[in-house]
Amino acid sequence: MIRSITRQKPVEEVDKLLDGLGRVFIIGCGTCVTLTHTGGQPEVEAMSETLSKRGKLITGNVILPVACDNMTAEAVDEYNDRIEQSDVLLIMTCAFGVQTIARQTKKMVVPALDTLFIGKETGLGQFDEICTQCGTCILGETGGICPVTSCHKGLVNGPCGGTNNGKCEIDSAKDCAWTLIYNRLKELDRLDLMRKFQRPRNHQGEPSPGKFNLALNP
Amino acid sequence: MVSSFKKALESGKFVVTSEVAPPKGTNLEKMAHHIELLKDKVDGMNVTDHQSSVMRFPSLGGALLVKEMGGEPILQMTCRDRNRMALQADLLFAASRGINNVLCLTGDSIVLGDHKEAKGVFDLESSQLLMTVRRMEKGKDLGGSDLDGGVSFCAGAIVTPEANPLEPQLIKFEKKIGAGAEFFQTQAVYDLDNFKKFMEYAGQFPVKILAGIILLTSAPMARFMNKNVAGVNVPQDLIDEMASAPKGSALAKGIEIAGRMIKRIREEKMCAGVHIMAIGKEDLVPEIMAAAGVE
Repeated sequence: MIRSITRQKPVEEVDKLLDGLGRVFIIGCGTCVTLTHTGGQPEVEAMSETLSKRGKLITGNVILPVACDNMTAEAVDEYNDRIEQSDVLLIMTCAFGVQTIARQTKKMVVPALDTLFIGKETGLGQFDEICTQCGTCILGETGGICPVTSCHKGLVNGPCGGTNNGKCEIDSAKDCAWTLIYNRLKELDRLDLMRKFQRPRNHQGEPSPGKFNLALNP
Repeated sequence: MVSSFKKALESGKFVVTSEVAPPKGTNLEKMAHHIELLKDKVDGMNVTDHQSSVMRFPSLGGALLVKEMGGEPILQMTCRDRNRMALQADLLFAASRGINNVLCLTGDSIVLGDHKEAKGVFDLESSQLLMTVRRMEKGKDLGGSDLDGGVSFCAGAIVTPEANPLEPQLIKFEKKIGAGAEFFQTQAVYDLDNFKKFMEYAGQFPVKILAGIILLTSAPMARFMNKNVAGVNVPQDLIDEMASAPKGSALAKGIEIAGRMIKRIREEKMCAGVHIMAIGKEDLVPEIMAAAGVE
C-alpha cells in the first residue's frame, strides 16, 4: 500500500504559524500519519499538551479515520460547535488531509506536518519514495526500478560520478539507483537496455497541476 | 574553427591541461594570475562551473577571460543549474566568442554546496548535453528549430576509471562516446597499473583520454580523499611516501609524485596526456610539469 509520508514541523514553526491565534482545534488522522507516528492519537495528545503549556486554549481534537476521504466533510460537521469556537484548525495530517479539511470549513487551517513523499513500505517502519508520478514512465527500460525517483538527480542514462560503492553521493544510507538498475538488468540479462541512449525527458508529460476528467478520458 | 586544444589532441603530442577556478566575487586578480602563469604552458585550461556546487563567478565569464588573455579555455558546463534552454543559450554565446571547447558534466548535487536549499535542475545530464552540442552543430536546437549561425565545439566528458562498481561507469562512458564525446578527462588516478588496465579497454574507442592528476598535499589529504571522494583511490604506498616526507616538505613530495606519475604515463604512452588538478595551488602546475619533464 502507498502511504503519505510526513514529518512534524519544529514546534517553533508551529508556534509562529499560530501566532495571535489563541483557541486551537487539533485534527489528526487514523491512516498514514498514525502509521508514521506523526499525527495519530498519541501525537495529537502530545501536541495538545505542548500547546497548552504555551498558553493556547485547546478547544478539542479529533482523529479522522481517513482525512483525505470525502467522508471528512461529515466528520468535520460533527465537530462544528467546537470548531466554531476556535480561531484555527491545527491539522496533523498530510497535505492531502489539510486541503480536504480546508474545503469543508471557513476556518483558517495550519499544517503541523510537512508532507515528504508518497512512499511504499519496504520494511517494518521503513518507507521509500519510489514514484514521483512524472507522467512519462520508463520502468519498462530500467528493470522496474525508477531512476527519475530513486536517483537523486533523476538521471536516465546511467550513474553520475558521485556514485560510491553502490551508494548515493548525498547520503551513504541511500542506494545508488543506477547500481540497483545495473544489478537488476544484469540479472535479467538485459544490460542492452542500459546501453540505450535515453533522449532528454519530457518534463511536461502532464503539465502541472495535474488534472484528470473521466468524462474526457472514457 | 578548429580549436588549438583539438589540434593538440590530434597532433599526437603529449597533451597537458589544467584548471582555473573562478572567484567567489568579482575580484579576478588571482584567476588572471593563474591564467597568465599557465596559458603558454598548457594546451587547455578548464574553467570550473560552480565547483562542488559552490556559487561563484560563472565558468562562461572565466572562459572569456582566458580567451581574452590569449589562453585556450575548456568551458566546463554542468547540468545542475540550467535547463536545456539556458544551456543551449550559453553554448551559443560561447561559440560566438570563440570558446570552442566544452566539457559536459552532470554536476555535483546541490546539497553538497553552499546553497543547500536551491533547486537542482538536471533537465539534461552529461550524455544528453553532449548530444545537444552535436545537434546544435548540425544547425538545430533541441526544440527542432533551425539556428541562424552555427556552433562548433571540441566536446568532452569525464570518466572515473576507479569507480566501484565499474561496469555501470563504463556503460555510461560508452554512451557519452555515442553521444559525441571526443575527449575524456579522468577522475584522479593514482594506481597506474590499474589505469593501464582501464586504458586497455578505453583504448579501443576513437577518443582521447587525459589522465586526471590531483596533487597530493599531505598524507591526511590523501586519506581524506580515499574516504570522501567517489572513485578516488590513493594506494597505501603513496600515502606512506607522503607521510615519510620530512616536516614542511610534504608538498614538495606531492609535486615529486605527480611529476613521476606524469612521466611514467608519458613514457609508457598510456594515453593522450594528463589533466592536472592542483585545486587551489595552480601556482604549482609549472613545477609539476617541470618535475615530469613536460614543458
